[in-house]
Amino acid sequence: MKSLLQRYSVQLILITLGGLITYLAYEEAIGLYTLSVLMFMGVNIILSTSLNLVNGNMGEFSCGHAGFMCVGAYVSSILGVLLFAKDKVFGAPLINPDLALYFFPLIILTGGAAAAITGLLVALPSYKTRGDYLAIITIAANYIIISLIENLGVIGGSRGFMGMKTVVNTMNDTFDLPWMVIWVFIFTVGCVWALRRYNSSTFGKGVSAICQDEVAAEIMSVNTNKIKTITFMLSSGLAGIAGGLFAYIIGYVNPGSFNILKSTEVLVMVYLGGMASLSGAVLSAILFTILLELLRPLQIIKWVVIPLLLIILMQFRPEGIMGNRELSDLFPKLKRFYRFK
Amino acid sequence: MLEIIIQNIINALQWGSFYALIALGYTMVYGVLTLINFAHGDVFMVGAYISFFTATLLLSFLGVPGWVALALTIPITMMLTAMVGVSLERIAYRPLRRKGAHRLYVVITALMCGLILEHANLAILGASRKAFPELITTHVYNIGGITFTNLKLAVIVTAILAFFILQWIVTKTKVGMAMRAISYDKFAVPLMGIPIDSIIVVTFALGSAFAGLAGILFAMSYPILEPYMGALIGWKAFIAAVVGGIGDIRGAFLGGFILGAVEILVVAVFPSTYRDLIAFTVLLIILSIKPTGLFGIAKTTKI
Repeated sequence: MKSLLQRYSVQLILITLGGLITYLAYEEAIGLYTLSVLMFMGVNIILSTSLNLVNGNMGEFSCGHAGFMCVGAYVSSILGVLLFAKDKVFGAPLINPDLALYFFPLIILTGGAAAAITGLLVALPSYKTRGDYLAIITIAANYIIISLIENLGVIGGSRGFMGMKTVVNTMNDTFDLPWMVIWVFIFTVGCVWALRRYNSSTFGKGVSAICQDEVAAEIMSVNTNKIKTITFMLSSGLAGIAGGLFAYIIGYVNPGSFNILKSTEVLVMVYLGGMASLSGAVLSAILFTILLELLRPLQIIKWVVIPLLLIILMQFRPEGIMGNRELSDLFPKLKRFYRFK
Repeated sequence: MLEIIIQNIINALQWGSFYALIALGYTMVYGVLTLINFAHGDVFMVGAYISFFTATLLLSFLGVPGWVALALTIPITMMLTAMVGVSLERIAYRPLRRKGAHRLYVVITALMCGLILEHANLAILGASRKAFPELITTHVYNIGGITFTNLKLAVIVTAILAFFILQWIVTKTKVGMAMRAISYDKFAVPLMGIPIDSIIVVTFALGSAFAGLAGILFAMSYPILEPYMGALIGWKAFIAAVVGGIGDIRGAFLGGFILGAVEILVVAVFPSTYRDLIAFTVLLIILSIKPTGLFGIAKTTKI
């Protein structure tokens, strides 16, 4: 009995949770505001766990995560609008809009792939360098991406790009379910699961070897360049997926919302949760989203209070909420009840 | 044609001076602590605001003439900005360092300090922009088709002077020797009886004082102040410091001028919205050719 519980408890909890949220959203029992906070929570979980892979597990310092998010957001929005919506620039939909439902995950994944390719371009010059130089390259990449999109008049430039709401509405018309909630939930769970698998694979071992000592890892026949590239691409690809979801939740993207402040937010989530801790990253993303929403009435003082809270937290617990431990390390007894692989 | 080139060179020197002065602070703190002090751009902003209040106080309430006000504003601002930088170090960074926190947590704390400075300023003073009072009357000179103001020349001369002063401090004085020693081997230095904490305080004070100086010069050249003015300039100055080779004062200075020159040249040829795009691309290309920066030395890693 125990082993059965251990084997299926995570799946059970996830299915129940997903079903519950979908049901509540379908019955409109929870308001649109709460729903959007929940969806942003999902996006933030993807962002913080994926940045945690590079900054926590690999021990590098990448601080342009919002740039990759921006690539994913734009590619998937443009693709979605081009294929399934009537638009002033792109004209009539290319494919029957009824199919939007089935193609939607593909669109989001394409956005992720585009972001991963951008990540590859950024990772290439970072081979010879380590640590703080990657910080520069990613900051510069973030600026370059935003600046490039601001100068592309076809897709709206700095005015932004919209039309994604039409795609979401067509999906809801085809089959009456709150599709955005379902997709965000699926992608969030999938992302955390993929990262968990990645970390426990041979690649993940290589990543932590690089974190400990890159030269020693190379001597131990770890192909550091390959692992660094793949890890960085995975991280930026997941950021692109998060960006795509973000774009479709809001229904509008502009380059200004992916600036360095957004990257800072993601960095804060990673270091708040603790480096190299997947459950810490998930937990801190949830806490941070709630904190941001709770402090919303403070308006501009919010951005004084949040950094102050973080600084105080850092003084008393410099390793973040979880340190580099997982939930199952903190509460070993939990291992009896779940297994998450 | 020649006039245009010289004109642009003068503009580039002036614009690069601000980057160079800010990059000096980044590079000194990095050299000593290997800490990217992301709050430094906002220290620059605070410096500009301090100079605004000092100058306004002196001009409007005490009624001193402009040049006296300027002569008083510069040292007062530099001292107050240095105090801001030192108190950041004392309140936020030093306790973390004592606890042996991971280096990147200190970097995050620095980012947070920058955010606090920006938004506390916004919350206290409001979003309205402040107009900086005119301290000295600007003369426009015109020599052979090249126009420049006395302010422009002053900015360039001050930046070069600041560089020589810092270079002298770092290479010739005892404090500078201690700074170099700390960046060379952090663990052996206390054994030699060098007080690490006081040296770090001196480093922060020097870096912040020069950021304050940059703040005054910037406020005089572009007399409109707003809370976010430090953020973008700070990030760019940091990149300039890295391109020059972070931890090296000559590198920071050169990197600042390179960034200034690239930005001015881009604006002279392309539409101004391309400025960030092309400037950052050029810097990335420099970094990918010479990853340690222009003056940086590749460190061999011990296993």
